[in-house]
Order: sequence, then structure tokens, then C-alpha cells
Amino acid sequence: MSVMAPERETSSDAYQQRALGFWLYLMSDAVIFALLFATYATMVANTDGGPSGKSLFSLSNAALETVLLLASSTTFGFASLSSRTGNRSAVLGWLLITFLLGLGFVGLEIREFLGMIRAGAGPDRSGFLSAFFTLVGTHGFHVSMGLTWILIMSGQVFLKGLSVPVTSRLFRLGLFWHFLDIAWVGIFSIVYLPGLL
Amino acid sequence: MERHGLRSYLVGFALAVILTAIPFALVAMHALPPSRLVIVIAVAAILQVLVHLRFFLHLDLTTTPRENLLAVAFTAILLFIMVGGSLWIMVDLHSRMSL
Amino acid sequence: MFGKLTIEALPLYSAVALTGALVTVGGVLVVAVAITWLGAWRSLWTEWLTSVDHKRIGIMYIVLALVMLMRGFVDAIMMRAQQSMSLNSDGYLPPEHFDQIFSSHGTIMIFFMAMPFLTGLINIIMPLQIGTRDVAFPFLNSVSLWLTSAGAGLIMVSLVIGKFSTAGWTGYPPFSGIEYSPGVGVDYWIWALLISGVGSTLSGINFVVTILKRRAPGMGLMRMTPFTWTALCASLLMVFAFPALTVACVLLALDRLLGMHFFTNAHGGNMMNYPNLFWIWGHPEVYILILPAFGVFSEVVATFSKKRLFGYESLVYATAAIALLSFTVWLHHFFTMGSSANVNAFFGVATMVIAVPTGVKVFNWLLTMYRGRIDFHPAMLWTVGFVATFVIGGMTGVLLAMPPGDFLLHNTTFLVAHFHNMIIPGVLFGYLAGYMYWFPKAFGFALDRKWGARSFWCWVIGFLLAFMPLYALGFKGMPRRMEHYDDPSWQPYLLVASLGAFVVLLGIGCLVMQLYVSIRDRKATADVTGDPWDGRTLEWATSSPPPVYNFAVLPEIRDREPFLDMKERGVAYQRPAAYQDIELPRNSFVGVALGGLAFALGFAVVWHIWWLVVVCGLGMWVVLIARSSDDDTEYRLSAAEVARIEDARYRAMGSRT
Repeated sequence: MSVMAPERETSSDAYQQRALGFWLYLMSDAVIFALLFATYATMVANTDGGPSGKSLFSLSNAALETVLLLASSTTFGFASLSSRTGNRSAVLGWLLITFLLGLGFVGLEIREFLGMIRAGAGPDRSGFLSAFFTLVGTHGFHVSMGLTWILIMSGQVFLKGLSVPVTSRLFRLGLFWHFLDIAWVGIFSIVYLPGLL
Repeated sequence: MERHGLRSYLVGFALAVILTAIPFALVAMHALPPSRLVIVIAVAAILQVLVHLRFFLHLDLTTTPRENLLAVAFTAILLFIMVGGSLWIMVDLHSRMSL
Repeated sequence: MFGKLTIEALPLYSAVALTGALVTVGGVLVVAVAITWLGAWRSLWTEWLTSVDHKRIGIMYIVLALVMLMRGFVDAIMMRAQQSMSLNSDGYLPPEHFDQIFSSHGTIMIFFMAMPFLTGLINIIMPLQIGTRDVAFPFLNSVSLWLTSAGAGLIMVSLVIGKFSTAGWTGYPPFSGIEYSPGVGVDYWIWALLISGVGSTLSGINFVVTILKRRAPGMGLMRMTPFTWTALCASLLMVFAFPALTVACVLLALDRLLGMHFFTNAHGGNMMNYPNLFWIWGHPEVYILILPAFGVFSEVVATFSKKRLFGYESLVYATAAIALLSFTVWLHHFFTMGSSANVNAFFGVATMVIAVPTGVKVFNWLLTMYRGRIDFHPAMLWTVGFVATFVIGGMTGVLLAMPPGDFLLHNTTFLVAHFHNMIIPGVLFGYLAGYMYWFPKAFGFALDRKWGARSFWCWVIGFLLAFMPLYALGFKGMPRRMEHYDDPSWQPYLLVASLGAFVVLLGIGCLVMQLYVSIRDRKATADVTGDPWDGRTLEWATSSPPPVYNFAVLPEIRDREPFLDMKERGVAYQRPAAYQDIELPRNSFVGVALGGLAFALGFAVVWHIWWLVVVCGLGMWVVLIARSSDDDTEYRLSAAEVARIEDARYRAMGSRT
């Protein structure tokens, strides 16, 4: 038994290392988003005589997307809280709700993109639209990856229970999911709202 | 750990909703001239990012490991340099191209 | 079915290209036959390719770097040969082929020689220097290695199937756009960089966490070795700078694949944003390359001068200052874009400022040598040669930091001479010094001194002959990358430069000889103590090569030079009373699998084989998900086994001394 004590110590170290590693990954992802934002800002006026944000963006759609994503961040928080009390079915329930909210967000975004492409405002129309689709699409791609990850983690919670490694993965998924919310705050504040002024 | 409880998420959610609603409402109503609105949007966005970091990502000057805080602070500096520098360079170039 | 890939992609159109392809294929076949003949496939797979041991991963990185050094050097000597004969003549290379060669030379030397070399050195040595059993994420380390190898593989494949980019190693649009480069060359370049760039970012994260979280008890930040400090700063730069390269390359790929308009001439593209993004990565990259080399010099100079490093704190602060400042100078790579005076002045001054901490370091090294008892081991020769020649490159860099000077010298051979002057004596000499200094630690026997010294003299003389004339040619106005020219006054300089390249070739020959002679004589030069140079830092405290767990008992650190401190206190080599079980990471084939799939994915995108893209993408997902659900990734080495390994070492030491 005396061997067990230091062993647990080292494994908590290992999870702290993973948390720091994941933070560093998120920060390097933040650089990607920041440079896409900078690129968007320098190209927002390059519409090449084509449509601009004012005619393409919908305030209500952006607001709805924001509500879905914000709500999903909060419900993910509830999942984290439930994992701390060891309530497996509550974790699964909140993860499911988070997944559906996120899926709704991605659905709205795909609908918006398809509508724009059908109206002749696809990413190959102008520099502005290239930058728009790439920036917003990169965020949407991240959300989709997050959705897949939620599914995987739900499976692990279901099959393995709330073991230490599973909880630690759930924690990092939470960091990822909340981080995407921050990127979205940037998107509606830099892309949609100023575009509709 | 207790401080990241239910209250944290609810307060965070409430603040985030308020900080989202203000700029959206002002833009919808065209309540201010665009030059002023941009400032409101920017301030609300920065505040909301801080709210997310504090209440959802649980960044805390006392409990978060020092390395994680340093990573975030270093990133903030670099983002400022990279984005600020890029905009300065490209806007300057643009103004010289359109002379 | 095969996208754009047809039989025409084989290089049957030119004798030179066909030879290159045959040499590549032949090389692969020879290696494969040799492994089969030795019956080594199984042990290669189980002990090396699937290994997650940082020392073995490091060695594989350096093998990759040395192989790619040969390839990049062949490119170099081909360019020199072309330019020495192409006065008013076509020489032996058509323009398009010449352009491919200078593009692949730069790409290979930066991404697939220098990056793997430094990642390899950090991998082998840094965990030993901070007294830990492995990096923070051993499996991720293997993934990084195989992603880097996948990128290198794509570059090599472009020799055989299709052509490489002609857009230079920086790939500036609009030339690299689909309109002017419709072939697959630029795509090879983009995907090689993207895939290996992910590997570098992950390596950076891995090293930062390792250094910040896994130091032996008692090793505060200010007790870390200079090499570990430079590794930390370089790794931070990898984490934060490589995303910029990813963005630049992805946007260029979107332009090429989906017809977007980020960098095109028409439809609202903004091509100058590409150099902006590229150099946000590109300038920190210079310091990613050179900081670890500075670290090696700092270790070597202290060991072989038998003195403590002079001004440790100033060296650490200088390193940290360089790391931050390296993000504030990127516009100096494109002064000629035509920014206003304010912008140019800011970036020009920032560039001159960054020379100051570098100058501080030169004094650190000089004053460490001052009144030292210097042993001119080859590692020390590289260091002294570096200081003497690097200063020239530093001064020409300050010349180029002045925008008006840069306007005259931009894109001339003066610039080529300047950055080779930083990267050969600065970066490569540093890595070779590290190679000769740490070789016994990695393999248990030392490299031959005589051939090492010969190699050094060939390299330094060859370097000076090859690049000093290019400074002069730059002043005479010769642009870089010329396939032929009509000014007869340039030719003598170019002939001298070719002679220089030939002398460097002799230097590479000496490196090969050194390896051969050293392996032949390995019994005589075996390092049984683990401390061949009377070392000062922790890596010399363990055996050579170190056991899989590095340290049977994690050492307690009391000083900045822990091993010297232990030797002085008489506690080095003390056998502990008892050993404990050690948890170690299990080997995994997943790294190789991901690398292979990434390679196939890159190849499929290059040739527009979309079904294969989907298959590989899904394959990577499945492998990753399977791996991420695996909770059983470690095994336990029993205390008895540890005792057996350690006792064998003590017996060997006892019988020798």
C-alpha cells in the first residue's frame, strides 16, 4: 500500500502536464484565429464590386447562432459539474444537450453558407468572401471537431464510467469547447456586427 | 474547486448574455452613429472574452497554475504584436497604394 | 481514379531529372536490401520505428536530418556548377529545373535538415539535462517525428513523381498561385510544410511542458543548463510562430484548390498579405534554428574551457529577449514592399536592437574562454570557428537592417551570403558541435577527433570560399537565383564559390569517414563512465548510452552545474541502497501509422485523388480515436530489473578504472 501514495501523486502530475499542454495547443490555435481575423480585417473592403457584408449578413441568424453556442457552453459547464459529483447519467444528459445545441449551430452556419453560395456569393467571388468563408468556416470546422469529440467522450463515459483518465479528457474537451465560444465572440464582434453597421 | 460551481456558470452565462445583447440590440436599432457603435462593440467583446476566461475557462490569478497563466499572458502580448503589426503594415500599404 | 496522376509524371523528359529519380529510388532499394540482408526488419520495427523513447526518437530525427543534408547539399553543388558554367550559355540545367533546385534546396535545408536536427538534439539531451525519465508526452513525440518524416517523404517523392515547386523556398504569390504555377510543384511544397509544421508545433508543446513541469527536484529555472533554456525559448517560438506558417500555407492552398482570392492579382486579392503572414513565422523561425545552436556552444565552451560559463544570467536574459523580439522584426524581410518611413523605421530599429542580445552572447563565450584551459576538441573547433565567422554575418545583417541599404541589396547575392553566413556557421556548426559533443552519450563511444577536425577545417574554409565572393557579387549587383548571366566579371567570383562548395563536399566526406572510423574503433573509444569530457551538467551523470529510464533514482539538484557539484562533493556514481519500480511508456505503432497516412493524404491532395484523401483522413481519425480511448499505455519495469541494469554498469566501470 505504501507504494500507492507516490503513484497517485505522479498521475496527478501527469494530468497537470496534459492540462498545460492543452492550454499551449489552444494558444497556438488562438494565433491561427488571430491571423485569420487580421486577414479578414485587411480584406473586408475587397469586394471586387460584389456583395458586401451589409447585404449578405443576417443579424437574427448571427444572434441565434450566438445564443445556441452560449447555451451550449453553459450546458457543458453543467456536464463538468455533474462529472465532479460522479453522476454519470447527468453527464451523459448534459453532453447530449450540448451536442444538440452545437449541432444546431453548425446547421445554421451551413444553411447560411449554402444560401450565400446559391446567391453567387461563394468564397471564390471576391477576396472579402474568401476571407469570410475561411474565418467563419475555420470556426465551424472546430465546432464540428468538438461535436465529434463530444460523441467520443459520451461513448467513453457510457462504457468506462467516470474514471480518472475519462474525467481528465472531459476537462480538456471543456477547455476546447469554451475556447470556441471566445473565438465566436470575436467573429460576431468583428465580422457580423460591424458588417451590418 | 468549490468556487467553480454552479454559480460560476450561471453568473458567466448571465454576463455573457448581457454583453451580447447590448451590441446586438444597438446594431439592430442603429441607436448610435457607426463610429461610436464600433467602440461599444469592441468594449463589449473584450469584456465578454474576459468573462469567458474567468467563468467558463476558470482562469484565476490565485488558483490557476502559474505556467498556464503565463502562457495566456504571453499569447495576449503576441496576438497584440501580430494582429496590430499586420494591420499597421497592411493599412499603411493600402494608403500608399491608393495615393 | 488517379486524379491528375498519369504516366507523364515520371521524369523521362530529362537526363538530369531521371538520374535524380533513379538515385532516390536506388537509395531506398539499397537501404531496404541492406535491412533485409541483416534480417533487421523486426528489430527495426519493434525497437526503433515504434519507439516512444525520447533518445531513440532523437536519434531518428538526426538520421533524417543527415540524410536530408546530403540531398540539400547535392542541390547546392548543382547550382554552383550551373552558375560557374552559364556565362552567356545555358549551362547544363534548363531554367525550370534550376528553379526547382533552388526551391528544394532552401525548403530541405530549413524544414528537413535544420528542424529535425535541432528537434533531435533537444530530444536526446534536454530530458537528460533536466533529470527526467522522458518528455511529457512520449507518444506525441513519436507522432511529431513521423509527421516530419512524412513531409520529408513528400519532398523526396517529388523527385520521382511529378516536379517540385519553382517558386523558391518562400513560395511567394502570385507566382505560386494556380495561374502562374499550374503544376503540382507548389502543392508538394505546401503539403510538405503543412504536415511537418504540425509536427513542429506538437514538438514545441511537448518540450515546453517537459521543461516547465518535469525538472528534477531542486532544479529551479535559473539552474537549468543554457541548452535547456535555449530549447525552452525555441520551443515557445515553435508553438506560437508555426501557426502563422500554417495560415499562410492554408490560404495559399485555398487559392489554388478552391479558386479563392487571398493572394491573387484580381478579384480583391492582397498578395502582400502573404509575405506578411509568412514572415510572422519566418523570422521567429530563424531564432528557432539558432537558439538551440547557441545553447550547444554555451555547453561546449564551458566544458572544453574547464570553466563555469561566464555571465549565465545575462545569457539567459539575452535568450529570452531574443525570443520576444524575434516577433517584432518580420517586416525587414520585405522592406522593398514600400511601406511608409515610419513602418520601415520601426522594423529597422527593432532589427538592430535584436543584434544587441546576440552580441551579449558573443562576449559570454569569449570571456568563458578567457584564461580557460582550452581543449580544442572538434566540438570546440566548431564553436571557435562559429564565433569568428558568425560576427561577419551579424554585421552584414545590421547593414541589411537599414531600409535604404536593403533597397540596394535586396534579392542580390549579398543577401544570400548574409543568411548562409548566419545559418552555416551559426546553425549548422552548432548542430555539428552538438553532434560531436553528445555522440558518446547517445551511442556509448566517441567520434574520431582527427576526422572531426579535418571536417571542421574543410567546412569553415569551404564556407568562406563559397560565400565571401557572394558578398562582393551582391555589391556588384548580381541578383540571386540566376540560371545564366552575361556579365563576364561575375564569373571569377562564381568559380571561387564553386571551389568553396567543393571544399565543403570534402568536409562532408570527412564527416562520413569520421563516422566509419569511429564505428570501426568503437571498442577503443568506448565511454564506460558516461562522462567522457569531464562534464559539468546532468546528462553526463548517467551511463552512455543511458538506460531506457535515464536515471534509476531521480537526482537531487543543488547547483547550476549539478554533475560537477556531485563530483566535487564525492557523491557521483554512488549506488543507491535500493531501487523502485519505474513506470515507462509502451511503444506504439500509432505514430508510424499516422505519419504514413499523413504522407498518403498529402500525396493524394497534391494529385487531386479525392477518394484517397477521404480514406486517409478517416483512417487518421479512427487511429486517433482508438489511441485516445486507450488507458493502458504504460508498463512497469521492476526494481529487480533496474538493479540488474545498474549493477552491470557499475561492474563495467569498476573493471575499467
